[in-house]
Amino acid sequence: MRNTFIGAPIERREDLRFVRGRGQYVDDLAPAGLLHAVILRSAVAHGRIRAIDASAAMKIPGVYAVITARDMGERPPIIPMRLQPLPDFKPFEQPVIAADKVRYVGEPIAVVLADSAALGEDALEAIAVDIEPLPAVTDRAGAESGASLLFEPAGSNLPLTFRAERGDAAAAFQGAPYRRRERFKVQRHYGLTMEPRGVLAEWDAAAGILRVFGAAKVPFFNRRILAAQIGLPEAAIDMVENDVGGGFGARGEFYPEDFLIPFAARHVGRPVKWIEDRRENLMAMNHAREAEADVEIACTREGKILGLRGHTFTDMGAYMRTNGAVGSRNIAQFMSGPYRIEHIDIDVTLFMTNKTPVGTYRGPGRFETDFFRERLLDLVAKELRLDPIGFRRRNLVADAEMPYRLATITPFESKDELDSGDYQVTLDRCLAEIGWNEKQKLQGQLIDGRYHGLALGCFIEGGAAGPKESAKVALNDDATFTVSMGSSAVGQGVETVFAQIAADALEVPLERIREVLHGSTAYVSDGYGAYHSRSVVMGGSALLDAVEKFRAAVRTEAGTRLGCAAEAVRIGDDEVSSPDGRALPLADFAGIAVEGAFFNKKHTWTYGTHAAHVTVDAKTGRVEIVDYVAVEDVGRIINPLTLKGQVIGSLVQGLGGTFLEHLVYDEHGQLLTGSLMDYLLPTASDFPNLRSIATDEKPSPINPLGAKGAGEGGMIAAGGVMANAVANALAAFGVEPRELPLSPPRLWELINVKRAAAE
Amino acid sequence: MATKFEVNGKTVEVAVEPRMTLVDCLRHVLRLTGTHVGCEHGVCGACTVLLDGEAVRSCLMLAVQAEGHSVTTIEGLSNDDDLTPLQKSFRKHHALQCGFCTPGMITTAHALLSEEPDCDADRVREVLSGNLCRCTGYISIVEAVLDARSAYRKPQGEPR
Repeated sequence: MRNTFIGAPIERREDLRFVRGRGQYVDDLAPAGLLHAVILRSAVAHGRIRAIDASAAMKIPGVYAVITARDMGERPPIIPMRLQPLPDFKPFEQPVIAADKVRYVGEPIAVVLADSAALGEDALEAIAVDIEPLPAVTDRAGAESGASLLFEPAGSNLPLTFRAERGDAAAAFQGAPYRRRERFKVQRHYGLTMEPRGVLAEWDAAAGILRVFGAAKVPFFNRRILAAQIGLPEAAIDMVENDVGGGFGARGEFYPEDFLIPFAARHVGRPVKWIEDRRENLMAMNHAREAEADVEIACTREGKILGLRGHTFTDMGAYMRTNGAVGSRNIAQFMSGPYRIEHIDIDVTLFMTNKTPVGTYRGPGRFETDFFRERLLDLVAKELRLDPIGFRRRNLVADAEMPYRLATITPFESKDELDSGDYQVTLDRCLAEIGWNEKQKLQGQLIDGRYHGLALGCFIEGGAAGPKESAKVALNDDATFTVSMGSSAVGQGVETVFAQIAADALEVPLERIREVLHGSTAYVSDGYGAYHSRSVVMGGSALLDAVEKFRAAVRTEAGTRLGCAAEAVRIGDDEVSSPDGRALPLADFAGIAVEGAFFNKKHTWTYGTHAAHVTVDAKTGRVEIVDYVAVEDVGRIINPLTLKGQVIGSLVQGLGGTFLEHLVYDEHGQLLTGSLMDYLLPTASDFPNLRSIATDEKPSPINPLGAKGAGEGGMIAAGGVMANAVANALAAFGVEPRELPLSPPRLWELINVKRAAAE
Repeated sequence: MATKFEVNGKTVEVAVEPRMTLVDCLRHVLRLTGTHVGCEHGVCGACTVLLDGEAVRSCLMLAVQAEGHSVTTIEGLSNDDDLTPLQKSFRKHHALQCGFCTPGMITTAHALLSEEPDCDADRVREVLSGNLCRCTGYISIVEAVLDARSAYRKPQGEPR
């Protein structure tokens, strides 16, 4: 039977439990004898710990233990970096608990174990912590001056500068007929998940097994870290993935609590659970995005881009966390985006501050750098009186130039090339869908008290990080299949899409894929998880390999039983037969379980164009989106329903980062946005007019599925497109936003500064 | 404190500390874990339950305040055999991804549609704007709720 589940809008199997409230998230677990952990966090941004006195807390009935760095031997373990683990970053990595210094508000100082979380919180107030305050570093100037050092032995607050290089930028700029230099800023915000983080750990002393629930994203990697830190072999640790309430890059990296809770469980010999509250989440989960750029473009007066150079500065917060350098590296790499720019020289300097450490947030670096670049392109087009579409069009990398080499990033010597794409096609489609030509007459017009503006931006989205993914196919007694994956679920629907891929490859009805197991370390030998839009490409390709190996194993076995050559065996829907017509039920082969893998170091490159029509109320600074069209070519589409969910969901996150979300600190390093009343997220009434159009013109040539990562594209273009649309709407005032968020107060101020200057 | 109220049609009697919130009581005492906790300060709506049919935040209510009232959670709006029309519509429109906000969305939408089965898209958006979702971007949720309206409309008299 030939299936076509791939490409069909199959409703998700996950939903059957979620819509009935039967999902099982880590806080839903309550083993017997459970203790609740509550974490004492630093209220001081930068200081030296002089003393911690928990004696009063220990006297509270129901409080079982207070754990501090002193319980962890000489020095508490350090959390190593997962991505770009360069030696330069070593001195800046985070200990699992503060021992001598605190470096951000929210840093763990002690763990209280109590009979309930409420009792634990009572105990927090009874712990006396004496901290000698040190001057807090809260911005780039403070970090560069080095007057206050976060890490004295490092001698500097600047761990590293990434550089993106291609061609000879200095020469290109020297002879250029036109140059423009601009400064831009993106504010600190983050991949807030609706489910706060949580960890539950059980130490089975008799079996010598540590079970850790609440794993997400990269359980195999995290197990390696934990095993090394806690002194157990990897095989003695089971990481168990429960349902996960959102990932977005932030959830599932190795955080201090991922050591502290297993350590506590082993320390006291009872199960221990920690569930983050929202205030903690805002100050403890990875922050992201805070970056400023000083960039310069060189081009001809007709609009051929000759070169791009500049210096970007990224705020890392207090420690280099597991994936803390990714956004900075990507800012360097993605600055040129989908455009053919022969000469590139971009530096990205990372600096440390006494703020929550950063990590990735969906589209890391790309959201920021696309805002910088697309703003710059529109400013140039305006000054040179070029059509902003024609300007982009003539510089887009052409189909015939694929694979196209991007700038080389050092250190780390990463060389990437765009795999495939016809960027003109998505641009044209987007123009047609938004009705660009017809709507041009609205550009900058004041109609019924609102200024109208249109803009467009092109982007690329990397995906499919290697080096490997694993998948296993097992036949059950009832001739159904169990598929096990090394990838993880963070809400994106992997159970459904992997079932589609498996059913097509096995040529069986979808219902015969009984279950898709994922995330936990027990299912396959090795897994790499869910990040960099990699699950479908890497996991799906591994699944194809597993199916092929599974079928080979059935053929071999059937050949023996039926007395024919393995190659001659025919595997049908329900039975396995030999050429002479003898057959055995497929179920007779139950028990055959085969693991497959896919190895790949190249990336997939989804691409597209976004266009929007906005109105701005000049009296209030409020922006309304009249229409927004996101066109994206994602290679082979597995499930258009879940794909659209990825695009629109990601886009609204991007619009949140463009208009609403902002983690604000004061000059003492205090987080001023510690609740959801201060940290604003998009709601159902904010962005009702969004459209997603996905195409599959250019399958990826680098994997057997032809799929490309598509989880992040929705948000990448959002900031640049919105800022350009607002600038076009407010052309009458000459307003040119150079900073996000485009909050009503900021726009109102930009408008009024221009108004005052005109008067 | 001994407290007696009705949950999903059954009378329950619990002994809770006066400071325990209703959501903690539902989740950790009664073990109804379908109701989720996303912020504990009444903003996100993940903990929405029905109190005498009205959508309320169970993180902003103490368990003892439920005394004598009737509470309905997502478990009470579900059955084993089949999905309800609203649940089917959420699935059909891909109105959920991670599922964490979904019980709150469904209880809120159920309360709305029970009262206003003819509400328009703006009204749906207005009411749902008290429930945060980080995955979907809301468009599919609004579509799902609108599509489920017919199931909440009362029969229009006898056919002619």
